Amino acid sequence: MKIQTLSKKLDALYEFDREAVKPHAFQSIGNFLGSYAGEHVAGTEFVIGMLFVAHGVTVFDMLIGGLIGNIMAVLSWALITAPIAVKARLSLYWQLKKICGPVLVFLYNIVNALMFCFLAGAMVAVSATAVGIPFQVEMPTLNDMYPTGAGWVITVFAVGAVITVFAILGFESLARFSKVAAPWMFLIFVAAAFASLPKLGVEHGFSNFWEVAQRSIWTGQAAEGQSQFTLWHVIFFTWFANAAMHLGMSDLSILRYARKWTYGFASTVGMFLGHYIAWIASGILYAAGTSDAPGEVAYQALGIAGALCVIIAGWTTANPTLYRAGLALQVASPGWSRWKVTLLAGLMTTIAALFPALVMKLLDFVALYGLVLIPMGGVIFADFYLMKKLKLQDYYAEKQKLNFNWAAGLTWFLLLGLALLMNRVCGIELYFLPLPVWIISIPLFIVLSKIYQKKIAL
Amino acid sequence: MNTLLKILSLVGLLLTIVPPVLFFAGAIDHSNQNLYLFIGTVLWFGSAWFWLGRKAKA
Repeated sequence: MKIQTLSKKLDALYEFDREAVKPHAFQSIGNFLGSYAGEHVAGTEFVIGMLFVAHGVTVFDMLIGGLIGNIMAVLSWALITAPIAVKARLSLYWQLKKICGPVLVFLYNIVNALMFCFLAGAMVAVSATAVGIPFQVEMPTLNDMYPTGAGWVITVFAVGAVITVFAILGFESLARFSKVAAPWMFLIFVAAAFASLPKLGVEHGFSNFWEVAQRSIWTGQAAEGQSQFTLWHVIFFTWFANAAMHLGMSDLSILRYARKWTYGFASTVGMFLGHYIAWIASGILYAAGTSDAPGEVAYQALGIAGALCVIIAGWTTANPTLYRAGLALQVASPGWSRWKVTLLAGLMTTIAALFPALVMKLLDFVALYGLVLIPMGGVIFADFYLMKKLKLQDYYAEKQKLNFNWAAGLTWFLLLGLALLMNRVCGIELYFLPLPVWIISIPLFIVLSKIYQKKIAL
Repeated sequence: MNTLLKILSLVGLLLTIVPPVLFFAGAIDHSNQNLYLFIGTVLWFGSAWFWLGRKAKA
């Protein structure tokens, strides 16, 4: 495909937000509070809280680590992402295109789309753990990597097919359904925790809660086959669970509608309802259950409403994700209509969902998702704040009409290589890599820009 | 009409959170908790859909 064609297709996809947001389109703080609360109480929460328990965190790790990690995440949104968003008022796509050029943005889009497919796949699998209950499907356990049987395969395909059809038919009704489901879903998380406490032996007045929590929920002992987590794991995982959105700058596209940078603090609602209370609740739910499948444990605690919540939570998370993946992949397709591309994305998602490893290793996948995209956030940060100060040209690809800014591209590739090396050779776990990678991306992009801009100028 | 729908939604949400608290307190049994939760779920979706997140008519 010719570069001009590629560039035109990408531009058409993001046509509606080509311009910087004008003051009349600014939105009130209420919209941001609602949007963050809805987005972060999702299907993933059922799994993450459960996996913290399986990885043997202690009560202190969970409560204090979660608190610190969430505060750091909120500060990242409020102090790093939001100030750039309200000054530039551009979406991530246009900001990146100006810096990196269309070909590099195309690559970024494809990587993003693949990540979306896998995330949606995990949510299809989560829904399937509830859909399969009446059919007595053999549910996957923590250490299962491959499909558990024909029943699991059929259930996943059925759920995947429904989700794909809805993603093809349209996004608006579904987005509305997610909005309606959000308050109920949060209460179901809290309800699940309350309903599970008697089974764990917690007395009515919570008098022995701490003792039970230490003995039966967050015991400090990892389940068989699971790595041992510490306070640092909880802090770093919680901080970087949405690395792509804050330090990775995806949320520039949302926060550019904010009146003030302080609206970045609206993320507090999403973090503390979804990534704190809901994670704690799903940990309690899992500890009281007799299964590793989210649908089954929710059904044990709350009956049909619990199973419905798992289906809806998985579905409402998977659908927009699949829709976005379809949009991103559309750019790469040879003139296919959106429904065909979404069908292809749905098929990829469903095949990925067949493997329970995607759910049972969700923590690793979420960390990887953030890690892969975070260097570009560092590039945007450096371009926005430092290039002019260092007498370098910002928005270099746009000003020089470049298709591929090698300084940005090399920053991305080299840092992913470095991260792989740190993980494979030095044994540093994925959860700890996004922070150093983001920090290094800033000086690296500047040094490479200095060399590259000099070379182009010659 | 809207007010009635909102009241029904509120009742739906209350039926989602109160029964598990009562179950924890030992005031109701598990099957009753599940029944009330299910009714609360139906009430919430059956009423909130018609007012929450709906675009205002021009």
